[in-house]
Amino acid sequence: MKYVDEFRDGALARRMAAGIAARARPDRSYRLMEFCGGHTHTISRYDLESLLPANVTLIHGPGCPVCVLPVGRVDQAMALALNHDVVLCCYGDVLRVPGSDDMSLIKARAAGADVRIVYASTDALDLAKAMPDRQVVFLAIGFETTAPATAAVLLQAEALGLTNFSVLCDHVLTPPAMAAILTPPADAALPATRIDGFIGPGHVSTVIGAEAYDALLRRHGKPMVISGFEPIDVLQSVDMLIDLLNRGRVEVAIQYRRVVSWPGNRKAQDLLATVFAVRDCFEWRGLGSVPASALKLADRFVGFDAERRFPLPDNTVADNPACDCPDILRGVRHPLDCRLFGNACTPDTPVGACMVSSEGACAAYYTYGRGRDDRRSAAH
Amino acid sequence: MCLAVPAEVIEIGGAEAVVDLGGIRKRISLMLVDDVRVGDFVIVHVGFALTKLDREEAHETLALLRQGLAAEEAAP
Repeated sequence: MKYVDEFRDGALARRMAAGIAARARPDRSYRLMEFCGGHTHTISRYDLESLLPANVTLIHGPGCPVCVLPVGRVDQAMALALNHDVVLCCYGDVLRVPGSDDMSLIKARAAGADVRIVYASTDALDLAKAMPDRQVVFLAIGFETTAPATAAVLLQAEALGLTNFSVLCDHVLTPPAMAAILTPPADAALPATRIDGFIGPGHVSTVIGAEAYDALLRRHGKPMVISGFEPIDVLQSVDMLIDLLNRGRVEVAIQYRRVVSWPGNRKAQDLLATVFAVRDCFEWRGLGSVPASALKLADRFVGFDAERRFPLPDNTVADNPACDCPDILRGVRHPLDCRLFGNACTPDTPVGACMVSSEGACAAYYTYGRGRDDRRSAAH
Repeated sequence: MCLAVPAEVIEIGGAEAVVDLGGIRKRISLMLVDDVRVGDFVIVHVGFALTKLDREEAHETLALLRQGLAAEEAAP
């Protein structure tokens, strides 16, 4: 594929690795967090860690919307599907996320609920148009990359005057999550994330722009390089980030210049501002309650808001205590540290959310990284 | 989840386009982008073009990278 294959050149990657090894100073370590699950997937799939010197550690962040969706929000979607006789539409990634009582949307479907996978938000809208006698609910998950597609169908539903379409909104925001990772936990007994800089999310940044992180990262004194998703992109971003750290520069740089700009996509940003409002706080799996970190429907769209149209459970449900997902999502533990990994918890029978999505750190390690456990101690 | 791929615009009709995704044709929305023409590459995510791909920047990223590596490798 054009603009993909060129960025997967193995010979070029090995030359870049030599350059990175030369640039990384032996007298210090480099702890770099790739925020985005798409980068985690690339790193595992191409085993990029094996190309890096031992003092450069990649820490896998919480940038997978499926992984951070807490049990309580999964329970809401299941309650809608099981108790309110709706057609529940969702992206395929979310189907197997474990909720309470060992249930998931795929099990709810097996129990007779009408749960349908959609490829695009517009598919859910088309279903509502085609089935005027059924209530259709779209379970909207995703970061700023995905939220504009939800906003677009809400505007269309409003223009069409649909009364059988609504959205259960679980869209989350990237910069507040980064702030939460950089802020030491209030409970001093909890381990803090130690990171020197971020490999920044590429596609979130096409929407919000590089500018959106600038003040936050300057405040915390951490540099970031916004990266593309192919192996050459990620290696170049690591190289750029090491160079910024060597020079003591705190700035947001863009490696993924073919797609990301400083201001971002203003049209998409305006759409988000019209359709959504920011929640006071939102519960994240792994990060806990994070202020101003998620979107809800603006009052103008109250008639399309599943949370206001249907009585739903509103519980904070504890994660399985044996599961290390919360610590893995904060970058303080490694997938291979979890005692459930590969035993009780596999992609076929996930216990924690990091094993559900192919972008979760655990699923990425399970699929591509088993037998590479010699590097497990490198993360610490 | 934020997976998005470059696709070539084959046909435009109003606010929609048909794109070629590595040999597969797909209808997508152009609602989030301006000034897209047939032959442009766009980044497609859940049925929407998020942005245009800047071909010059793509070529320049690789050209500068190769130049830098060649200079480093030539250094004593």
